[in-house]
Amino acid sequence: MSSVSTSFGDSAIMLRRNFKHSVRNPVTLFNSVLFPVVMMVMFVYVLGGAFKIQGEYVDYALPGLLVMTISYGLGATAASVNDDMTKGIINRFKTMDVSRGAVLTGHVVSTTVRCLIGDAVIIGVGLAMGFRSDAGFLDWLGAVGILLLLSFGASWLTVALGLAAKSVESASFGVIPLIMLPFLSSAFVPADTMGTGVRQFAEYQPFTPIIETLRGLLSGGQPSTGHMIAAFAWCVGFAVVGYVWAVATFKKRA
Amino acid sequence: MKSSAIAVSGLRKAYGDKVVLDGIDFDVASGSVFSLLGPNGAGKTTAVNVLATLLRADAGTVYVGGHDVATATREVRAVIGVTGQFAAVDELLSGRENLRMMADLQRVRDGGRMVAGLLERFDLVESADKLTSTYSGGMRRKLDLAMTLVGRPRIIFLDEPTTGLDPRSRRTMWEIVRELVAEGTTIFLTTQYLDEADQLADRIAVLDQGRLVAQGTPEELKRQVPGGHIRLQFNDVRQLDAAERRLALSTVTRDDEALALQIPSDGSIPALRAVLDVLEGSGIQAEALTMHTPDLDDVFLALTGRTDAEVIAQ
Repeated sequence: MSSVSTSFGDSAIMLRRNFKHSVRNPVTLFNSVLFPVVMMVMFVYVLGGAFKIQGEYVDYALPGLLVMTISYGLGATAASVNDDMTKGIINRFKTMDVSRGAVLTGHVVSTTVRCLIGDAVIIGVGLAMGFRSDAGFLDWLGAVGILLLLSFGASWLTVALGLAAKSVESASFGVIPLIMLPFLSSAFVPADTMGTGVRQFAEYQPFTPIIETLRGLLSGGQPSTGHMIAAFAWCVGFAVVGYVWAVATFKKRA
Repeated sequence: MKSSAIAVSGLRKAYGDKVVLDGIDFDVASGSVFSLLGPNGAGKTTAVNVLATLLRADAGTVYVGGHDVATATREVRAVIGVTGQFAAVDELLSGRENLRMMADLQRVRDGGRMVAGLLERFDLVESADKLTSTYSGGMRRKLDLAMTLVGRPRIIFLDEPTTGLDPRSRRTMWEIVRELVAEGTTIFLTTQYLDEADQLADRIAVLDQGRLVAQGTPEELKRQVPGGHIRLQFNDVRQLDAAERRLALSTVTRDDEALALQIPSDGSIPALRAVLDVLEGSGIQAEALTMHTPDLDDVFLALTGRTDAEVIAQ
Protein backbone atom coordinates (compact mmCIF):
# COMPACT_ATOMS: atom_id res chain seq x y z
CA MET A 1 0.00 0.00 0.00
CA SER A 2 1.43 3.38 -0.92
CA SER A 3 1.90 5.85 1.88
CA VAL A 4 -0.39 8.37 0.20
CA SER A 5 -3.32 5.99 0.16
CA THR A 6 -2.54 4.89 3.73
CA SER A 7 -2.56 8.48 4.84
CA PHE A 8 -5.79 9.14 2.95
CA GLY A 9 -7.44 6.08 4.47
CA ASP A 10 -6.27 7.01 7.97
CA SER A 11 -7.65 10.52 7.53
CA ALA A 12 -11.01 9.12 6.48
CA ILE A 13 -11.12 6.91 9.61
CA MET A 14 -10.23 9.89 11.79
CA LEU A 15 -12.82 12.05 10.09
CA ARG A 16 -15.52 9.46 10.74
CA ARG A 17 -14.48 9.39 14.38
CA ASN A 18 -14.66 13.18 14.71
CA PHE A 19 -18.06 13.35 13.03
CA LYS A 20 -19.39 10.84 15.52
CA HIS A 21 -17.98 13.01 18.29
CA SER A 22 -19.70 16.12 16.99
CA VAL A 23 -23.04 14.41 16.69
CA ARG A 24 -22.86 12.65 20.05
CA ASN A 25 -21.75 15.58 22.14
CA PRO A 26 -24.80 17.75 22.95
CA VAL A 27 -22.62 20.68 24.00
CA THR A 28 -20.86 20.68 20.64
CA LEU A 29 -24.14 20.60 18.77
CA PHE A 30 -25.61 23.34 20.93
CA ASN A 31 -22.61 25.65 20.59
CA SER A 32 -22.10 25.20 16.89
CA VAL A 33 -25.72 25.22 15.68
CA LEU A 34 -28.32 26.14 18.25
CA PHE A 35 -26.58 28.92 20.14
CA PRO A 36 -25.86 31.05 17.02
CA VAL A 37 -29.55 30.75 16.09
CA VAL A 38 -30.52 31.96 19.57
CA MET A 39 -28.09 34.87 19.20
CA MET A 40 -29.57 35.74 15.83
CA VAL A 41 -33.12 35.75 17.19
CA MET A 42 -31.98 37.91 20.09
CA PHE A 43 -30.11 40.43 17.95
CA VAL A 44 -32.76 40.72 15.30
CA TYR A 45 -35.91 40.74 17.44
CA VAL A 46 -34.68 42.11 20.77
CA LEU A 47 -31.65 44.39 20.31
CA GLY A 48 -31.65 45.19 16.61
CA GLY A 49 -34.53 47.64 16.75
CA ALA A 50 -32.47 49.98 18.90
CA PHE A 51 -29.59 50.22 16.41
CA LYS A 52 -29.85 52.85 13.70
CA ILE A 53 -29.05 50.83 10.63
CA GLN A 54 -30.10 51.57 7.09
CA GLY A 55 -32.42 48.87 5.77
CA GLU A 56 -33.51 45.68 7.55
CA TYR A 57 -31.43 44.77 10.60
CA VAL A 58 -31.43 41.07 9.72
CA ASP A 59 -29.74 41.96 6.41
CA TYR A 60 -27.10 43.94 8.29
CA ALA A 61 -26.46 41.37 11.02
CA LEU A 62 -26.41 38.14 9.01
CA PRO A 63 -22.79 38.36 7.73
CA GLY A 64 -21.55 38.95 11.27
CA LEU A 65 -23.67 36.10 12.57
CA LEU A 66 -22.15 33.78 9.96
CA VAL A 67 -18.67 34.64 11.24
CA MET A 68 -19.76 34.35 14.85
CA THR A 69 -21.21 30.90 14.16
CA ILE A 70 -17.79 29.78 12.96
CA SER A 71 -16.05 31.08 16.06
CA TYR A 72 -18.56 29.38 18.34
CA GLY A 73 -18.12 26.14 16.45
CA LEU A 74 -14.40 26.14 17.22
CA GLY A 75 -14.57 25.83 21.01
CA ALA A 76 -15.46 22.15 20.95
CA THR A 77 -12.53 21.39 18.67
CA ALA A 78 -9.92 22.91 20.98
CA ALA A 79 -11.31 20.84 23.86
CA SER A 80 -11.50 17.61 21.93
CA VAL A 81 -8.01 17.93 20.41
CA ASN A 82 -6.66 18.58 23.88
CA ASP A 83 -8.57 15.58 25.19
CA ASP A 84 -6.93 13.37 22.56
CA MET A 85 -3.54 14.73 23.54
CA THR A 86 -3.82 14.49 27.30
CA LYS A 87 -5.72 11.21 27.54
CA GLY A 88 -3.24 9.22 25.51
CA ILE A 89 -5.29 8.65 22.35
CA ILE A 90 -2.75 10.44 20.19
CA ASN A 91 0.04 8.36 21.74
CA ARG A 92 -1.91 5.23 20.91
CA PHE A 93 -2.28 6.32 17.29
CA LYS A 94 1.42 7.16 17.12
CA THR A 95 2.53 3.75 18.32
CA MET A 96 0.20 2.24 15.72
CA ASP A 97 1.99 4.25 13.07
CA VAL A 98 -1.17 6.04 12.02
CA SER A 99 -0.07 8.57 9.42
CA ARG A 100 1.19 11.69 11.09
CA GLY A 101 -1.22 14.19 9.64
CA ALA A 102 -4.38 12.06 9.80
CA VAL A 103 -5.29 12.93 13.39
CA LEU A 104 -4.95 16.65 12.71
CA THR A 105 -6.59 16.64 9.30
CA GLY A 106 -9.50 14.69 10.76
CA HIS A 107 -10.09 17.44 13.31
CA VAL A 108 -9.64 20.28 10.81
CA VAL A 109 -11.95 18.84 8.18
CA SER A 110 -14.68 17.84 10.64
CA THR A 111 -14.54 21.27 12.29
CA THR A 112 -14.73 23.04 8.95
CA VAL A 113 -17.74 20.97 7.91
CA ARG A 114 -19.42 21.56 11.28
CA CYS A 115 -18.91 25.32 10.98
CA LEU A 116 -20.34 25.37 7.48
CA ILE A 117 -23.38 23.35 8.57
CA GLY A 118 -23.91 25.93 11.33
CA ASP A 119 -23.70 28.68 8.70
CA ALA A 120 -26.17 26.90 6.44
CA VAL A 121 -28.63 26.74 9.34
CA ILE A 122 -28.11 30.46 10.05
CA ILE A 123 -28.81 31.34 6.42
CA GLY A 124 -31.91 29.13 6.45
CA VAL A 125 -33.28 30.63 9.67
CA GLY A 126 -32.25 34.09 8.41
CA LEU A 127 -34.32 33.62 5.27
CA ALA A 128 -37.27 32.61 7.44
CA MET A 129 -36.79 35.78 9.48
CA GLY A 130 -36.91 37.98 6.41
CA PHE A 131 -33.30 38.07 5.24
CA ARG A 132 -33.22 38.96 1.54
CA SER A 133 -30.16 39.15 -0.63
CA ASP A 134 -29.54 40.70 -4.03
CA ALA A 135 -26.43 38.58 -4.44
CA GLY A 136 -25.94 36.76 -7.71
CA PHE A 137 -24.50 33.28 -8.12
CA LEU A 138 -20.89 34.49 -8.21
CA ASP A 139 -21.45 36.65 -5.11
CA TRP A 140 -22.78 33.64 -3.22
CA LEU A 141 -19.86 31.55 -4.45
CA GLY A 142 -17.49 34.20 -3.15
CA ALA A 143 -19.28 34.35 0.20
CA VAL A 144 -19.19 30.58 0.63
CA GLY A 145 -15.54 30.63 -0.40
CA ILE A 146 -14.59 33.15 2.25
CA LEU A 147 -16.59 31.27 4.91
CA LEU A 148 -14.86 28.06 3.89
CA LEU A 149 -11.45 29.70 4.01
CA LEU A 150 -12.16 31.27 7.40
CA SER A 151 -13.43 27.97 8.87
CA PHE A 152 -10.42 26.14 7.51
CA GLY A 153 -7.87 28.68 8.73
CA ALA A 154 -9.46 29.13 12.14
CA SER A 155 -9.71 25.33 12.51
CA TRP A 156 -5.97 24.95 12.10
CA LEU A 157 -5.41 27.69 14.64
CA THR A 158 -7.81 26.01 17.05
CA VAL A 159 -6.24 22.58 16.58
CA ALA A 160 -2.85 24.13 17.38
CA LEU A 161 -4.31 25.79 20.49
CA GLY A 162 -5.79 22.49 21.60
CA LEU A 163 -2.48 20.68 21.13
CA ALA A 164 -0.47 23.31 22.95
CA ALA A 165 -2.81 23.75 25.94
CA LYS A 166 -1.91 22.01 29.19
CA SER A 167 -5.50 21.03 30.01
CA VAL A 168 -8.97 20.92 28.51
CA GLU A 169 -9.93 23.96 30.58
CA SER A 170 -7.09 26.09 29.26
CA ALA A 171 -7.80 24.85 25.73
CA SER A 172 -11.40 26.06 26.01
CA PHE A 173 -10.15 29.31 27.51
CA GLY A 174 -7.72 29.80 24.63
CA VAL A 175 -10.46 30.15 22.02
CA ILE A 176 -12.34 32.85 23.96
CA PRO A 177 -10.59 35.66 22.03
CA LEU A 178 -11.93 34.12 18.81
CA ILE A 179 -15.43 34.13 20.31
CA MET A 180 -15.11 37.70 21.61
CA LEU A 181 -13.73 39.25 18.41
CA PRO A 182 -17.04 39.40 16.50
CA PHE A 183 -18.54 41.57 19.25
CA LEU A 184 -15.69 44.07 18.85
CA SER A 185 -16.14 44.25 15.10
CA SER A 186 -18.66 45.70 12.70
CA ALA A 187 -20.76 42.54 13.07
CA PHE A 188 -23.71 44.06 14.91
CA VAL A 189 -23.20 47.82 14.65
CA PRO A 190 -21.10 49.85 12.21
CA ALA A 191 -17.60 50.54 13.56
CA ASP A 192 -17.99 54.31 13.17
CA THR A 193 -20.66 54.37 15.90
CA MET A 194 -18.15 53.07 18.47
CA GLY A 195 -15.87 55.02 20.85
CA THR A 196 -12.47 55.98 19.45
CA GLY A 197 -10.35 53.24 21.01
CA VAL A 198 -12.80 50.45 20.30
CA ARG A 199 -13.38 51.76 16.80
CA GLN A 200 -9.69 51.65 15.94
CA PHE A 201 -9.50 48.12 17.30
CA ALA A 202 -12.60 47.12 15.36
CA GLU A 203 -11.22 48.55 12.14
CA TYR A 204 -7.95 46.68 12.33
CA GLN A 205 -8.99 43.34 13.75
CA PRO A 206 -9.33 40.35 11.39
CA PHE A 207 -13.07 39.83 11.55
CA THR A 208 -14.07 43.31 10.38
CA PRO A 209 -12.69 43.02 6.82
CA ILE A 210 -14.05 39.45 6.61
CA ILE A 211 -17.52 40.60 7.71
CA GLU A 212 -17.43 43.65 5.43
CA THR A 213 -16.45 41.48 2.47
CA LEU A 214 -19.33 39.11 3.21
CA ARG A 215 -21.70 42.04 3.66
CA GLY A 216 -20.67 43.51 0.33
CA LEU A 217 -21.07 40.20 -1.48
CA LEU A 218 -24.42 39.29 0.12
CA SER A 219 -25.95 42.72 -0.49
CA GLY A 220 -25.16 42.22 -4.17
CA GLY A 221 -22.83 45.21 -4.15
CA GLN A 222 -19.11 45.30 -4.61
CA PRO A 223 -17.01 44.86 -1.43
CA SER A 224 -14.04 47.22 -1.23
CA THR A 225 -10.84 45.75 -2.65
CA GLY A 226 -8.99 46.65 0.53
CA HIS A 227 -11.40 44.61 2.64
CA MET A 228 -11.27 41.68 0.24
CA ILE A 229 -7.48 41.55 0.29
CA ALA A 230 -7.36 41.94 4.06
CA ALA A 231 -10.01 39.22 4.54
CA PHE A 232 -8.18 36.82 2.28
CA ALA A 233 -4.83 37.57 3.92
CA TRP A 234 -6.18 37.05 7.44
CA CYS A 235 -7.76 33.68 6.56
CA VAL A 236 -4.64 32.41 4.82
CA GLY A 237 -2.57 33.77 7.71
CA PHE A 238 -4.69 31.84 10.23
CA ALA A 239 -4.26 28.67 8.22
CA VAL A 240 -0.49 29.00 7.79
CA VAL A 241 0.25 30.01 11.38
CA GLY A 242 -2.14 27.36 12.71
CA TYR A 243 -0.70 24.65 10.50
CA VAL A 244 2.94 25.38 11.35
CA TRP A 245 2.16 25.72 15.06
CA ALA A 246 0.04 22.55 15.12
CA VAL A 247 2.57 20.38 13.33
CA ALA A 248 5.45 21.65 15.48
CA THR A 249 3.49 21.07 18.70
CA PHE A 250 2.35 17.66 17.56
CA LYS A 251 5.94 16.60 16.91
CA LYS A 252 7.18 18.00 20.19
CA ARG A 253 4.47 16.88 22.59
CA ALA A 254 3.19 13.61 21.24
CA MET B 1 20.80 -10.54 20.34
CA LYS B 2 18.41 -12.76 18.43
CA SER B 3 16.59 -14.24 21.42
CA SER B 4 16.09 -10.86 23.13
CA ALA B 5 12.74 -9.22 22.51
CA ILE B 6 14.04 -6.04 24.09
CA ALA B 7 17.66 -5.06 24.59
CA VAL B 8 18.48 -1.80 26.34
CA SER B 9 21.92 -0.50 27.10
CA GLY B 10 23.09 2.77 28.58
CA LEU B 11 19.69 4.40 28.19
CA ARG B 12 19.64 8.00 29.36
CA LYS B 13 16.90 10.59 29.23
CA ALA B 14 16.74 14.00 30.84
CA TYR B 15 14.24 16.84 30.74
CA GLY B 16 16.38 19.92 31.06
CA ASP B 17 18.38 19.51 34.27
CA LYS B 18 16.19 16.71 35.57
CA VAL B 19 17.71 13.32 34.79
CA VAL B 20 14.86 10.82 34.51
CA LEU B 21 16.75 7.76 33.27
CA ASP B 22 20.39 7.66 34.28
CA GLY B 23 21.97 4.95 32.17
CA ILE B 24 19.92 1.79 32.47
CA ASP B 25 20.62 -1.63 30.94
CA PHE B 26 18.44 -4.67 30.70
CA ASP B 27 17.46 -7.52 28.43
CA VAL B 28 14.05 -9.12 27.99
CA ALA B 29 13.95 -12.66 26.63
CA SER B 30 11.36 -13.45 23.97
CA GLY B 31 8.13 -14.82 25.36
CA SER B 32 8.86 -13.75 28.93
CA VAL B 33 7.34 -11.20 31.29
CA PHE B 34 9.70 -8.46 32.42
CA SER B 35 8.57 -6.10 35.13
CA LEU B 36 9.95 -2.67 35.83
CA LEU B 37 9.13 -1.99 39.46
CA GLY B 38 9.32 1.39 41.07
CA PRO B 39 7.47 4.13 42.95
CA ASN B 40 5.75 7.09 41.31
CA GLY B 41 8.22 9.33 39.55
CA ALA B 42 10.92 6.67 39.28
CA GLY B 43 10.97 6.99 35.48
CA LYS B 44 8.89 3.95 34.53
CA THR B 45 6.59 5.73 32.09
CA THR B 46 9.53 7.55 30.51
CA ALA B 47 11.21 4.18 29.95
CA VAL B 48 8.05 2.79 28.32
CA ASN B 49 7.73 5.87 26.12
CA VAL B 50 11.29 5.51 24.87
CA LEU B 51 10.87 1.79 24.21
CA ALA B 52 7.55 2.37 22.47
CA THR B 53 9.02 5.00 20.10
CA LEU B 54 7.11 7.89 21.69
CA LEU B 55 10.22 9.58 23.09
CA ARG B 56 13.77 9.83 21.85
CA ALA B 57 16.53 8.78 24.22
CA ASP B 58 19.39 11.18 24.89
CA ALA B 59 21.92 8.36 24.88
CA GLY B 60 22.18 4.60 24.76
CA THR B 61 20.78 1.98 22.44
CA VAL B 62 17.35 0.36 22.50
CA TYR B 63 16.44 -2.62 20.35
CA VAL B 64 12.83 -3.78 20.31
CA GLY B 65 11.97 -6.89 18.32
CA GLY B 66 15.48 -6.73 16.87
CA HIS B 67 15.00 -3.19 15.52
CA ASP B 68 16.66 0.00 16.70
CA VAL B 69 13.93 2.32 18.04
CA ALA B 70 15.89 5.38 16.95
CA THR B 71 16.27 4.44 13.29
CA ALA B 72 13.73 1.70 12.54
CA THR B 73 10.69 3.31 14.15
CA ARG B 74 8.23 1.86 11.64
CA GLU B 75 9.51 -1.69 12.06
CA VAL B 76 9.34 -1.38 15.84
CA ARG B 77 5.79 -0.02 15.71
CA ALA B 78 4.74 -2.93 13.55
CA VAL B 79 5.58 -5.46 16.27
CA ILE B 80 4.56 -3.64 19.45
CA GLY B 81 1.35 -2.81 21.26
CA VAL B 82 1.11 -0.22 24.03
CA THR B 83 -1.42 0.10 26.82
CA GLY B 84 -0.61 3.28 28.65
CA GLN B 85 -1.15 4.35 32.19
CA PHE B 86 -4.49 6.00 31.45
CA ALA B 87 -6.97 3.92 29.52
CA ALA B 88 -6.70 5.54 26.09
CA VAL B 89 -10.15 4.66 24.84
CA ASP B 90 -12.42 7.00 22.93
CA GLU B 91 -15.22 7.95 25.30
CA LEU B 92 -17.66 9.06 22.66
CA LEU B 93 -17.44 5.76 20.83
CA SER B 94 -18.83 2.42 21.97
CA GLY B 95 -16.55 -0.46 22.85
CA ARG B 96 -17.25 -2.09 19.51
CA GLU B 97 -16.57 1.16 17.60
CA ASN B 98 -13.29 1.64 19.46
CA LEU B 99 -12.12 -1.83 18.45
CA ARG B 100 -13.43 -1.40 14.93
CA MET B 101 -11.47 1.82 14.55
CA MET B 102 -8.29 -0.01 15.59
CA ALA B 103 -9.04 -2.80 13.13
CA ASP B 104 -9.66 -0.28 10.33
CA LEU B 105 -6.46 1.61 11.10
CA GLN B 106 -4.49 -1.65 11.00
CA ARG B 107 -6.27 -2.64 7.78
CA VAL B 108 -7.45 -5.92 9.33
CA ARG B 109 -9.14 -7.93 6.60
CA ASP B 110 -12.02 -9.45 8.52
CA GLY B 111 -12.34 -6.69 11.11
CA GLY B 112 -15.90 -7.47 12.22
CA ARG B 113 -15.07 -11.02 13.19
CA MET B 114 -11.90 -10.06 14.98
CA VAL B 115 -13.74 -7.38 16.95
CA ALA B 116 -16.49 -9.80 17.93
CA GLY B 117 -13.87 -12.31 19.04
CA LEU B 118 -12.08 -9.77 21.23
CA LEU B 119 -15.33 -8.57 22.82
CA GLU B 120 -16.12 -12.19 23.64
CA ARG B 121 -12.66 -12.90 25.02
CA PHE B 122 -12.63 -9.83 27.26
CA ASP B 123 -16.17 -10.38 28.46
CA LEU B 124 -17.38 -7.07 27.02
CA VAL B 125 -20.18 -8.37 24.78
CA GLU B 126 -22.99 -7.04 26.94
CA SER B 127 -21.75 -3.45 26.92
CA ALA B 128 -20.22 -3.61 23.44
CA ASP B 129 -22.62 -1.03 22.02
CA LYS B 130 -22.66 1.35 24.95
CA LEU B 131 -20.46 4.45 24.95
CA THR B 132 -17.24 3.75 26.84
CA SER B 133 -17.86 6.83 28.99
CA THR B 134 -20.32 4.60 30.87
CA TYR B 135 -17.72 1.85 31.46
CA SER B 136 -16.16 1.11 34.84
CA GLY B 137 -12.41 1.52 35.31
CA GLY B 138 -11.87 -2.22 34.98
CA MET B 139 -13.89 -2.44 31.76
CA ARG B 140 -11.96 0.45 30.26
CA ARG B 141 -8.63 -1.18 30.99
CA LYS B 142 -9.86 -4.40 29.45
CA LEU B 143 -11.06 -2.57 26.35
CA ASP B 144 -7.78 -0.69 26.20
CA LEU B 145 -5.85 -3.95 26.21
CA ALA B 146 -8.23 -5.48 23.66
CA MET B 147 -7.57 -2.48 21.40
CA THR B 148 -3.85 -3.10 21.77
CA LEU B 149 -4.31 -6.73 20.72
CA VAL B 150 -6.04 -5.84 17.45
CA GLY B 151 -2.68 -5.48 15.71
CA ARG B 152 -1.52 -8.90 17.02
CA PRO B 153 1.63 -7.42 18.59
CA ARG B 154 4.51 -9.73 19.49
CA ILE B 155 5.68 -7.40 22.24
CA ILE B 156 3.24 -5.63 24.55
CA PHE B 157 4.02 -2.74 26.87
CA LEU B 158 1.71 -2.46 29.85
CA ASP B 159 2.26 0.72 31.85
CA GLU B 160 0.77 0.22 35.31
CA PRO B 161 -2.13 -1.82 33.96
CA THR B 162 -3.83 -2.34 37.32
CA THR B 163 -3.24 0.96 39.13
CA GLY B 164 -6.57 2.09 40.54
CA LEU B 165 -8.38 -1.16 39.80
CA ASP B 166 -10.36 -3.12 42.37
CA PRO B 167 -8.94 -6.51 43.41
CA ARG B 168 -11.25 -8.51 41.14
CA SER B 169 -10.43 -6.49 38.04
CA ARG B 170 -6.75 -6.82 38.94
CA ARG B 171 -7.02 -10.59 38.98
CA THR B 172 -8.81 -10.54 35.61
CA MET B 173 -5.99 -8.45 34.16
CA TRP B 174 -3.43 -10.85 35.56
CA GLU B 175 -5.21 -13.79 33.98
CA ILE B 176 -5.28 -12.06 30.62
CA VAL B 177 -1.57 -11.32 30.86
CA ARG B 178 -0.87 -14.99 31.64
CA GLU B 179 -2.93 -16.09 28.62
CA LEU B 180 -0.97 -13.73 26.38
CA VAL B 181 2.32 -15.11 27.64
CA ALA B 182 1.07 -18.64 27.05
CA GLU B 183 0.52 -17.62 23.43
CA GLY B 184 4.15 -16.55 23.19
CA THR B 185 3.78 -12.79 23.57
CA THR B 186 6.54 -10.87 25.31
CA ILE B 187 5.26 -8.56 28.04
CA PHE B 188 6.99 -5.50 29.40
CA LEU B 189 5.12 -4.48 32.50
CA THR B 190 5.60 -1.54 34.82
CA THR B 191 4.06 -1.57 38.25
CA GLN B 192 4.35 -0.10 41.70
CA TYR B 193 3.05 -3.27 43.32
CA LEU B 194 5.57 -5.86 44.41
CA ASP B 195 2.93 -8.59 44.50
CA GLU B 196 1.95 -7.88 40.90
CA ALA B 197 5.54 -8.19 39.71
CA ASP B 198 5.88 -11.28 41.89
CA GLN B 199 2.74 -12.86 40.39
CA LEU B 200 3.47 -12.19 36.75
CA ALA B 201 7.11 -11.52 36.06
CA ASP B 202 9.91 -13.88 35.10
CA ARG B 203 12.36 -11.12 35.81
CA ILE B 204 12.05 -7.90 37.78
CA ALA B 205 14.16 -4.77 37.60
CA VAL B 206 13.81 -2.22 40.38
CA LEU B 207 13.95 1.38 39.19
CA ASP B 208 14.70 4.15 41.63
CA GLN B 209 15.37 7.76 40.70
CA GLY B 210 16.35 6.80 37.18
CA ARG B 211 18.73 3.97 38.09
CA LEU B 212 18.23 0.22 38.21
CA VAL B 213 19.07 -0.69 41.78
CA ALA B 214 18.42 -4.42 41.44
CA GLN B 215 17.57 -7.00 38.81
CA GLY B 216 16.69 -10.66 39.00
CA THR B 217 13.96 -13.26 39.36
CA PRO B 218 11.30 -12.54 42.00
CA GLU B 219 12.94 -15.12 44.28
CA GLU B 220 16.36 -13.59 43.93
CA LEU B 221 14.99 -10.19 44.80
CA LYS B 222 12.97 -11.31 47.77
CA ARG B 223 16.03 -12.99 49.22
CA GLN B 224 17.67 -9.57 49.26
CA VAL B 225 14.74 -8.08 51.12
CA PRO B 226 14.69 -8.71 54.85
CA GLY B 227 11.50 -6.76 55.47
CA GLY B 228 9.31 -9.67 56.57
CA HIS B 229 8.59 -9.95 60.27
CA ILE B 230 6.19 -11.18 62.91
CA ARG B 231 4.77 -8.49 65.14
CA LEU B 232 3.60 -9.33 68.64
CA GLN B 233 1.42 -6.99 70.64
CA PHE B 234 1.26 -7.15 74.46
CA ASN B 235 -1.02 -5.84 77.18
CA ASP B 236 1.65 -4.60 79.59
CA VAL B 237 5.37 -3.95 79.90
CA ARG B 238 5.90 -7.02 82.09
CA GLN B 239 4.78 -9.38 79.36
CA LEU B 240 6.77 -7.39 76.79
CA ASP B 241 9.94 -7.68 78.90
CA ALA B 242 9.45 -11.40 79.41
CA ALA B 243 8.87 -12.03 75.73
CA GLU B 244 11.92 -9.99 74.75
CA ARG B 245 14.11 -12.01 77.14
CA ARG B 246 12.78 -15.29 75.78
CA LEU B 247 13.08 -14.32 72.12
CA ALA B 248 16.47 -12.67 72.53
CA LEU B 249 18.11 -15.21 70.23
CA SER B 250 17.23 -13.22 67.10
CA THR B 251 17.42 -9.53 66.32
CA VAL B 252 14.20 -8.41 67.89
CA THR B 253 13.04 -4.81 67.59
CA ARG B 254 11.20 -3.41 70.59
CA ASP B 255 8.58 -0.69 70.45
CA ASP B 256 7.88 0.53 73.99
CA GLU B 257 5.11 2.91 73.09
CA ALA B 258 3.06 0.32 71.21
CA LEU B 259 4.08 -2.49 73.62
CA ALA B 260 5.12 -4.52 70.59
CA LEU B 261 7.96 -6.70 69.40
CA GLN B 262 9.07 -7.26 65.82
CA ILE B 263 10.76 -10.55 65.06
CA PRO B 264 12.38 -10.88 61.62
CA SER B 265 10.90 -13.80 59.76
CA ASP B 266 10.79 -15.32 56.31
CA GLY B 267 7.05 -15.76 56.69
CA SER B 268 7.26 -19.58 56.74
CA ILE B 269 5.09 -21.71 59.01
CA PRO B 270 8.03 -23.27 60.90
CA ALA B 271 9.32 -19.80 61.74
CA LEU B 272 5.90 -18.80 63.03
CA ARG B 273 5.54 -22.04 64.99
CA ALA B 274 8.91 -21.45 66.63
CA VAL B 275 7.75 -18.08 67.96
CA LEU B 276 4.41 -19.47 69.16
CA ASP B 277 6.17 -22.38 70.88
CA VAL B 278 8.41 -19.99 72.82
CA LEU B 279 5.40 -17.95 73.94
CA GLU B 280 3.41 -20.98 74.99
CA GLY B 281 6.38 -22.67 76.70
CA SER B 282 6.94 -19.65 78.94
CA GLY B 283 3.29 -18.82 79.54
CA ILE B 284 3.54 -15.32 78.03
CA GLN B 285 0.24 -13.78 76.96
CA ALA B 286 0.38 -11.95 73.63
CA GLU B 287 -2.55 -9.72 72.78
CA ALA B 288 -2.24 -9.99 69.02
CA LEU B 289 0.03 -11.36 66.32
CA THR B 290 0.41 -10.01 62.80
CA MET B 291 2.51 -11.25 59.92
CA HIS B 292 4.21 -8.69 57.71
CA THR B 293 5.39 -9.77 54.28
CA PRO B 294 7.95 -7.68 52.40
CA ASP B 295 6.39 -4.95 50.28
CA LEU B 296 7.75 -2.29 47.99
CA ASP B 297 8.75 -0.14 50.98
CA ASP B 298 10.91 -2.97 52.23
CA VAL B 299 12.43 -3.46 48.80
CA PHE B 300 13.47 0.15 48.75
CA LEU B 301 14.57 0.07 52.32
CA ALA B 302 16.80 -2.84 51.43
CA LEU B 303 17.99 -1.81 48.00
CA THR B 304 18.51 1.93 48.25
CA GLY B 305 20.44 3.92 50.80
CA ARG B 306 17.78 6.56 50.69
CA THR B 307 15.79 5.46 53.72
CA ASP B 308 18.76 4.95 56.06
CA ALA B 309 17.68 7.94 58.10
CA GLU B 310 14.30 6.39 58.66
CA VAL B 311 15.85 3.09 59.70
CA ILE B 312 17.93 4.85 62.36
CA ALA B 313 14.92 6.85 63.51
CA GLN B 314 13.08 3.62 64.23
